[in-house]
Amino acid sequence: MAVLVYTENWDGKFKKSTFELASYATRLAEKIPDQVVALSIGHVEEEELKKLGRYGIGKVISVEDDRFKTLDNQVYTRIIAEVAENLTASVVVLAHNNSGKALAPRLSVRMKAGLVSGTTGLPESFEPFIVIKKTFTGKALAKVVIHTAKKILTLAQNSYQVVEQVVPVEIRKFVPVSAGDVKTVVKEVFKQTGKVILTDADIVVSGGRGMKSPENWGPIEELAKILGAATACSRPVSDEGWRPHEEHTGQTGKVIAPVLYFAFGISGAIQHVAGISSSKFIVAVNTDKDAPIFEVADYGIVGDAQKVLPALIEAIKEAKSI
Amino acid sequence: MKILVCLGNVPDTTTKIKFSGEGTKLDKTGVQWIINPWDELALTRAIELKESGQVPVEVISVLTVGGTDAEPTIRKALAIGADSGYRVDADPADSYQVAFQISEIARQEQFDLILCGIESSDYNGAATGSMLAEILDYPSLSAVSGIHPVNGHLEYTRDIDGGRETVTLDLPAVLIVQKGIAKEPRIPAMRGIMMARQKPLTVKEPGPSAGYTEMISFELPAPKPSCRKIDPDNVRELVNLLQNEAKVL
Ligand SMILES: Cc1cc2nc3c(=O)[nH]c(=O)nc-3n(C[C@H](O)[C@H](O)[C@H](O)COP(=O)(O)OP(=O)(O)OC[C@H]3O[C@@H](n4cnc5c(N)ncnc54)[C@H](O)[C@@H]3O)c2cc1C
Repeated sequence: MAVLVYTENWDGKFKKSTFELASYATRLAEKIPDQVVALSIGHVEEEELKKLGRYGIGKVISVEDDRFKTLDNQVYTRIIAEVAENLTASVVVLAHNNSGKALAPRLSVRMKAGLVSGTTGLPESFEPFIVIKKTFTGKALAKVVIHTAKKILTLAQNSYQVVEQVVPVEIRKFVPVSAGDVKTVVKEVFKQTGKVILTDADIVVSGGRGMKSPENWGPIEELAKILGAATACSRPVSDEGWRPHEEHTGQTGKVIAPVLYFAFGISGAIQHVAGISSSKFIVAVNTDKDAPIFEVADYGIVGDAQKVLPALIEAIKEAKSI
Repeated sequence: MKILVCLGNVPDTTTKIKFSGEGTKLDKTGVQWIINPWDELALTRAIELKESGQVPVEVISVLTVGGTDAEPTIRKALAIGADSGYRVDADPADSYQVAFQISEIARQEQFDLILCGIESSDYNGAATGSMLAEILDYPSLSAVSGIHPVNGHLEYTRDIDGGRETVTLDLPAVLIVQKGIAKEPRIPAMRGIMMARQKPLTVKEPGPSAGYTEMISFELPAPKPSCRKIDPDNVRELVNLLQNEAKVL
């Protein structure tokens, strides 16, 4: 028996979210109680794999084959299912990110294991197996019971803190027999460089239609830069092409949960708030004192974003002595 | 090429969510139902592809799993431009049960391209499309934000964390689509609404399937404490609060 955690890598490296997921899987396994095993697919150096040991993962199975460089949902599903079967894993956990969302449902079918996607914490009980997740895009929480013997969970981003718990790591190379052929052919890759990725960011600086025009985004980018933050926007802003669609946040865009979210010139429509309401702190700047964004904000300034932004940048530079 | 677009029937995005039966089910009184936003974009893109003639599209079918109250959703899709509709007469229980019901029709009808939205805006399962692909043993792509006809075949844009890829894949396949796939959802025109009445809507009995999971209760999140207002001429105070009270800077 085991809890199996799929630890994705990005160009051979793990991210903070990987370690959050590892910490979560470790704690889940302790509670069951069961051993925890990580599965890595694609080439990752031993030194990087060993980092998982800081978060309580004592055993790592590494599928290194170069054939598996591209995410092929069918092939990855077969590999994860094969490893889960070998370990007789009772629970498989993945991140609730693009690849986790692509793989977990397939795994659920293949393993006949009930799936709860985007859970926000450890199960509330094990017999019956009950977990909590957000529904109606953050407008409500639901308790979900999984009826099957095996379970699949994806963990919502930024919902579990990294917990250090150092253990020695045993790495085992594994060659799957059931993988089959990779059919997904990648012809071209575009990667954002030099920018903080929105779904990874601890701080997000966002602008809405109240910013008036794309030329006014300079101070938003500058504030993001001095804070090491990602930039985001409301839907009309990306629809107008003022900002790339990757930045669109809300019900129909990205759902994010940073520690700090700045909303400049965003009215706070229910569909926008759905994507940001899990932020720990929200700061809103809006000329309209009755804007609904102030109902969800922790701190608010009723004022003109064009004036507040430069002053805020100065004040932060001063406070951080930059 | 035969395209199937799977449609979820969800509360309008502005709905104030309430529960009945001591928090065990959604209170449907006064709820306006809409096509799940991503599914509506998927349908729009399918129609654009057909109209463009850049790839041969013979038929666009739409399907929803639901009771008679889900029929307006199918009629709306037919009015927007789908050619035929299916309704599987079952109450959606969970993503698996829905995917299973769709798979039965997909097998019979042999669609080449199946489009599903990345999630439904009600239960946010983000699972139906990929489950369907696994049941059918078809390849799938998730987080697809573009479908591009190139020399008579299709290429896709897939979003990855911090970037995107241009990808090809053999058909039949399931694409799980998101924002970017089409700019604006289409709105039915008068002529479309008239024509929709003549288009076939087939009601199917559900196949044998139970869900793997069950939502047993719901709760509204705790209300937020009220917003602390800061004078626009005193942003230092905001920085101070963020540093020393919230401790996030
Ligand atoms: C099905 C559906 C899905 C949707 N999904 C999303 C989604 O995912 N994300 C999303 O964001 N929206 C979404 N929307 C749109 C949403 O309803 C709102 O229209 C949108 O969020 C408004 O964007 P905004 O706040 O930038 O613009 P507006 O609502 O126009 O607000 C601009 C704000 O800026 C303020 N302002 C003006 N000038 C200044 C100034 N100088 N300084 C400071 N403040 C100023 C104004 O007081 C106002 O509050 C969706 C809508 C539908 C129907």
